[in-house]
Amino acid sequence: MTAAVQVAVLLLVAAAGTAVVLTRDTLKQAIVLSFYGLLLGILFFAYQAPDVGLSQITVGSVGVPLMLLLTLAKVRRREADREKGE
Amino acid sequence: MSRRARLWLLAPALAGFLGLLVWGMTGLPGSGDHQGAVAATIARTAVPERHATNVVTTVTLDYRGFDTLGEEMILFSAALGLVVLLREQRGERKEEVDDDRAAGRKAPGTSEGLRIFSLALVGPTVLLGLYIVAHGALTPGGGFQGGVILATSLLLVYLSGKYLALRELTPIPALEAGEALGAVAFALIGLGGLIASGVYLHNFIPLGTPKTILSGGTIPFLYLAIGLEVAGAFMLTFLEFLDQTLLVRSRSGG
Repeated sequence: MTAAVQVAVLLLVAAAGTAVVLTRDTLKQAIVLSFYGLLLGILFFAYQAPDVGLSQITVGSVGVPLMLLLTLAKVRRREADREKGE
Repeated sequence: MSRRARLWLLAPALAGFLGLLVWGMTGLPGSGDHQGAVAATIARTAVPERHATNVVTTVTLDYRGFDTLGEEMILFSAALGLVVLLREQRGERKEEVDDDRAAGRKAPGTSEGLRIFSLALVGPTVLLGLYIVAHGALTPGGGFQGGVILATSLLLVYLSGKYLALRELTPIPALEAGEALGAVAFALIGLGGLIASGVYLHNFIPLGTPKTILSGGTIPFLYLAIGLEVAGAFMLTFLEFLDQTLLVRSRSGG
C-alpha cells in the first residue's frame, strides 16, 4: 500500500516538474510551480518526513509562487505605464 | 547551432544522466528501513533522554541545535537584505490609494465571496500557526512551519481587500523588533546552556513529562523563538513585496 502511494506520488511529481518546464507563460508557470510545490510536500509525507513536508508546502506552494506573482505584477504594471507614457 | 543539432547533443547527455540517476537510486536503502547506526541510536534515546516525542526536533534543536542557529541567522540576514533592497529609493514614491483602486483594480474589485472567505480564514490560520509552533516538540512541525503559516494570514487579509487598512495598523518597527528578538532569543537560550553546564545550546531546562506541551526542556522555548523570528521575517518579506507591487512607483511614472 505504502509503496503504491509512493510510486503514484513520484509519477505525479515527475509529471508536474515537466509541466512547470513546458509552461511558457510566466504567470501560468508560477501557478503550476505552486502545484508542483504542493506535490513535492506530499511526496515528503509519503516518504515519512512530515516535518520537511510541512516546510515544503508552506514555502514551495505559498511563499515562492507568491513572490513570483507579485514580481510579475510589478514588472507588467511598469511595462504598461511605460507604454502609456510613450 | 540549429535546433536539430542541439537536440542531438541533448539526447546522449540526458540518457547518460538518466542512467547515472537510476544506477545511483538502485543503491539506496529501501524506503523506511535505513540501517544507519546514528539513526537507530537517536530513535532509541530521543524520548528517554529528551522527553520530546518528535524525534526530528531532538536532532534539529538539541543534538545539532548549533546548525539550526546558523540556519536561523541565514533567514534573518536574507530578510534583512530584502528589506534594504526593496526600500523606497530615491526617484521612487509611495502612492496614496484606497483598497479598491490598489493594483489598478476597478471599482467592484474582488468578489464578495472571496473577501468574506479569506477574512473568515484569518482567525483559523493564526490558530493553526500558533498550534504548530507550540507543538513542535510533540508532533511534526515547529517554529519554522508554524511561523510561515502565521505569516500567510497576512496574505489572506490582502485577498480580503483590506491590505491598506492593515498596512496602516501594522506596526512595522514592532515586526522588525519581533524578528530580531526571536533571533536573539535563540542565541540567548544557547548561552543559558553554556552557563548552566558549560556546553553551548545544551538542554539545561527540566525536561518535563513526555507528550505534554512543555516537554523537551529548551526545545519548546527555542521553537517559540524561531516562530517569532520566522513569522517576522516572512511577514516583512510579504509586506515589502506587496508594497512594491501596490504602492511604490518611480517618479517618472512606472
